[in-house]
Amino acid sequence: MNDIKTQVRKYILDNFLMGGDPDKIMDSTSFIEKGVIDSTGILELVSFIQETYKFHVEDVEMTPENLDSLEKIEKYVRGKLA
Amino acid sequence: MAAAKLTSGVLDIDLRAVTDNICRRLVDIVVRDQRRRGLVVALSGGIDSSVCAALSVRALGPGKVFGLLLPEKDSSAASEDLGRRVAEHLGIEHIKQDIAPTLEAIGCYRWRDEAIHTVFPDYRNDWKNKLVIAGGIDGGFNYFKLVVQTPSGTRHEKRLDHKQYMQIVAATNFKQRIRKTIEYFHADRLNYAVVGTPNRLEYDQGFFVKNGDGSADVKPIAHLYKTQVYALARYLGLPDVICNTKPTTDTYSLPQGQDEFYFALPYQQMDLALWAHNHGMAAGELADCLGVSGEQANYIYQDIEKKRSTTRYLHSKAVLIEKVNEISPFA
Repeated sequence: MNDIKTQVRKYILDNFLMGGDPDKIMDSTSFIEKGVIDSTGILELVSFIQETYKFHVEDVEMTPENLDSLEKIEKYVRGKLA
Repeated sequence: MAAAKLTSGVLDIDLRAVTDNICRRLVDIVVRDQRRRGLVVALSGGIDSSVCAALSVRALGPGKVFGLLLPEKDSSAASEDLGRRVAEHLGIEHIKQDIAPTLEAIGCYRWRDEAIHTVFPDYRNDWKNKLVIAGGIDGGFNYFKLVVQTPSGTRHEKRLDHKQYMQIVAATNFKQRIRKTIEYFHADRLNYAVVGTPNRLEYDQGFFVKNGDGSADVKPIAHLYKTQVYALARYLGLPDVICNTKPTTDTYSLPQGQDEFYFALPYQQMDLALWAHNHGMAAGELADCLGVSGEQANYIYQDIEKKRSTTRYLHSKAVLIEKVNEISPFA
C-alpha cells in the first residue's frame, strides 16, 4: 500500500506500454489526454485496482476524478481503504 | 462555419440530388473502378440495409442486386420478415441462410454463455440477455452492464469486468463476421461487389465489427446521418413498416436499442450532437437544442471524441512495415 503510484505505474507500463519509458507517466499525467489508456483500458485498470487493493469499485466511482492519473488513483484508493 | 442556431432542420438534404449522386458514384465505383457485375446486400430488415438495397437497385437495376437473409438464434422473427419484404418490394433475387448452425459449430454461443456464467452462475440457455452501456453520458468512464432475464420475466443486471465484456463481444462478433463471409462467397460466385451498410453515426463512432459488418467494397450511406437515411427511405418509396423501424442491434436475445447498447442518446439526438460537434458549435447550443444541461452537452462531445479515439483501430487496414509503392488500392 505504501507506494500505490509505483504499483499502478508499473502495471500501466507493463500492460499498456509494453515496457516503455517510465517518464511518460508522471504522477499527474492524464491517461486519457495523453492517449495512454483507452476506454477498454480503463476497464482493465479497474480490474487491476480491485484485485490488487481488494475492494469493489462502484459504478459511480468510475470517473476521471478517481482514475485518470496516478495521483488521482492514489487519492481514491487511500480513501477507500481508510 | 457554425450555423446561427441548431435545429433538426440542419439535417435536411436535397433527397433527389443525394440519391442521384449516390447512384452515379455506385456505378463509377462498382463498374468502372472495381469491375464487378452487381452488388450483394445482406438484408437485416433495418433501415440502413433496406436503403442500401434500394439505392443499389436504382443504380444498377434489380437484376444486378443479390439479397441475403441471414438470421440466427437471437434474431427477432420480425427482422427476417422485414428483410424479405424489402427484397420482394425491390424485385431482387434473394436467399435465406440460417447461420445458427455455423455459429454453434464455431463456438459463438458457447464462448458467450461461458462468460455470462461467470457473471450469473445460474444463467441457463432459456434466459435472455443483452448489454447496456452506461457512465459516459454522466461524465464518467463508459462501462457495460449485462442484463439477463429469466423465463418468468425476472431481470438481473451487473457490471461486466473487462474479461467478461471482451469475451461476450468477441463471441457475438462471430455473427457479423460469419455473415460477411457468406456475403463474400456470393460476391465471388457472381463477380459482384459487397455493400457495407453503416450510416454516418455508426461509421464515425466505430459501431461495427472489424472484418464483420465493417468490411465491404462500397458503403453507400456512410456519409449520411441516420435521420437522413430515414428521409431517403421514404423518398425511395420503401414500405412504411421499414420506414418506421427503430434502430436495434438484433444481436442479443433481449430487445436492445442501439442507444442502450452503444450510443449515449437516441439516434435523432446523436445525429444533432454529431453534426453540431462536426460544425464547431458550442456545447451550450447543443444543450439548448436537446434540452440537456451544458455539462451534459460537454460530456456528449467528449464521448464522441472518446469513441472516435477508441475505435480508430477498427477502421485501419493492415499496416505494412515498409510501403510497397507499386500497389495502390482504390481510394
